[in-house]
Amino acid sequence: METKKNLAIVVKYLTLILGAAFAIIPILAIFFASFKTGTEYGSTGALTMPENWLNFENYRRAFSEGNMMVGFKNTVIILIISVIGTTLIGSMVAFVLHRFTFKGSKYILGAFLLATLIPAVTTQVATFQIIHRLGLFNTIFAAIVLYLGTDIIAVYIFLQFMDSISVSLDESAMLDGASYLTIYRKIVLPLLKPAIVTVFIIKGVNVYNDFYTPFLYMPKTDLQVISTSLFKFQGPFGAEWQVITAGVMIAIIPTLIAFIFLQKYIYNGLTNGSVK
Amino acid sequence: MSKLKEIISKMSFSNISYKAQRNIIIIAFLAVPMTLLATFAFLPVINMFWYSFTDWNGYSKMNFVGLDNYKTIFSNPEYFSVFRVSLYYFFATFVQLGIALYFATILSFEVKFKNFFKGVLFFPYLLNGVAIGLMFLLFFRADGTLDTVLHAIGLGDYTQMWLGNPKLINISLAGVSVWRYMGFNFIIFLGAISSIPNEIYEASEIDGANRWHQFIYIILPSIKIIVSLNLILAVSGSLSAFEIPFIMTGGANGSATFVIQTVNTAFRYGKIGLGSAMAVVLLFIVVVVTGIQRKFFSEGD
Repeated sequence: METKKNLAIVVKYLTLILGAAFAIIPILAIFFASFKTGTEYGSTGALTMPENWLNFENYRRAFSEGNMMVGFKNTVIILIISVIGTTLIGSMVAFVLHRFTFKGSKYILGAFLLATLIPAVTTQVATFQIIHRLGLFNTIFAAIVLYLGTDIIAVYIFLQFMDSISVSLDESAMLDGASYLTIYRKIVLPLLKPAIVTVFIIKGVNVYNDFYTPFLYMPKTDLQVISTSLFKFQGPFGAEWQVITAGVMIAIIPTLIAFIFLQKYIYNGLTNGSVK
Repeated sequence: MSKLKEIISKMSFSNISYKAQRNIIIIAFLAVPMTLLATFAFLPVINMFWYSFTDWNGYSKMNFVGLDNYKTIFSNPEYFSVFRVSLYYFFATFVQLGIALYFATILSFEVKFKNFFKGVLFFPYLLNGVAIGLMFLLFFRADGTLDTVLHAIGLGDYTQMWLGNPKLINISLAGVSVWRYMGFNFIIFLGAISSIPNEIYEASEIDGANRWHQFIYIILPSIKIIVSLNLILAVSGSLSAFEIPFIMTGGANGSATFVIQTVNTAFRYGKIGLGSAMAVVLLFIVVVVTGIQRKFFSEGD
């Protein structure tokens, strides 16, 4: 019995270490390679540590030759507008649909529900023509309107959360003469804060990591985002893996920092966001 | 100044009756979201159906061709056979959920360095898809990360052309997909398991249940719905696999998935009509799968 228990513990930690190794090793190899010189990269193994940990030459080249500054700038602009826009749109729709029942309100809710069933990647063929005809192709607005108009998950997260904001709060504010606009701005929006954090995180991760929207709709070099600038690395840097890996690290670092500081919120955000 | 404006607007708006306010708010708050929803979520679907019955190439005149595009998809192996590639991602989905469930169960009980393991297993999910693609191009290269590891643990004879061998390429790529998405399922399962009250485990221990019994009789039944939801999500995800193979191989060497084929048909070869028909077929399949999920759901309750 005792040996059986010990064996279980050994197996438990062995599998955990194995799982962690699988998760870490691909990233570790990128990290090591990004500090190596060209000849060093060619002559050492993938998991050999670099000779000089302070060799930032690859980072400098990736950042300047790979045009990553433009990528960061565009990503940040799109990210901020999309995240704030989604929060506003989602909370406004949720407020109206939760607090008022009116003719057609069921159908509107149904329309938002139905839209989440459509996987965006399947409809690109036709979406492209619409973006093109609206004159949004190769403008930053292409990504923004698509992020605001197609990913409706925020409506649900807010709708669910609205259940916990008592209607009696609205009513007492109305006795004080508050308008519905004031109720939305001063009562509902502040109380939605935990749900807003969830939406910020889910939307932020999606926008930062999205590839095909900027790739299809904003091919212009000035409009590249982190994903698309990194995608272009394969060509010009060809076999210069030490530079490519530095570019990958540059894209990963913001994610790592966000993860370290927001861990708790990220876990909660994903768990709340997925339970529909 | 802004304060003054605020006061003025509040005064004027709150002077209107609540009934009128209500109507104004409903229209004002829904106008923009509904327009965006209609234009970018529903109009594309309607247009796509329409295009799928034409031979449109994006600029010339549209000709109605009836079901020709659909006939091409189902009769020309070049188009439909790529669904075979989806099967690799489909099976990988089960591996992914299995691993996620295993680690979620283990980490729900007492473990040293719990937060470290949780963070490490989850972190890949947050990474940029292109970064992952490039990372794994390096991983699978000859003498790359994987080969180095195999040599280090004495399995050097097993090194392969991971992306060069057409028999292996889809397994390698599906593996990347597991690496990328496992953390998501893991964290969701972990959340679901942690909401099971502790007293239930304690009571079962008094009755002599071991960990395996607890897993089968307590954990699994309580998270059944979450597991089936994740399963269906992962299945529809596997059908529409696109990013990883597109970034890593561009669909070369037999790794083109149905979505890559659709995007190429429509955008590279300008066959918007045919591409739309392919998208309709995929949409149909995904909707059917999701429908099955909903049924599952209502029966599970």
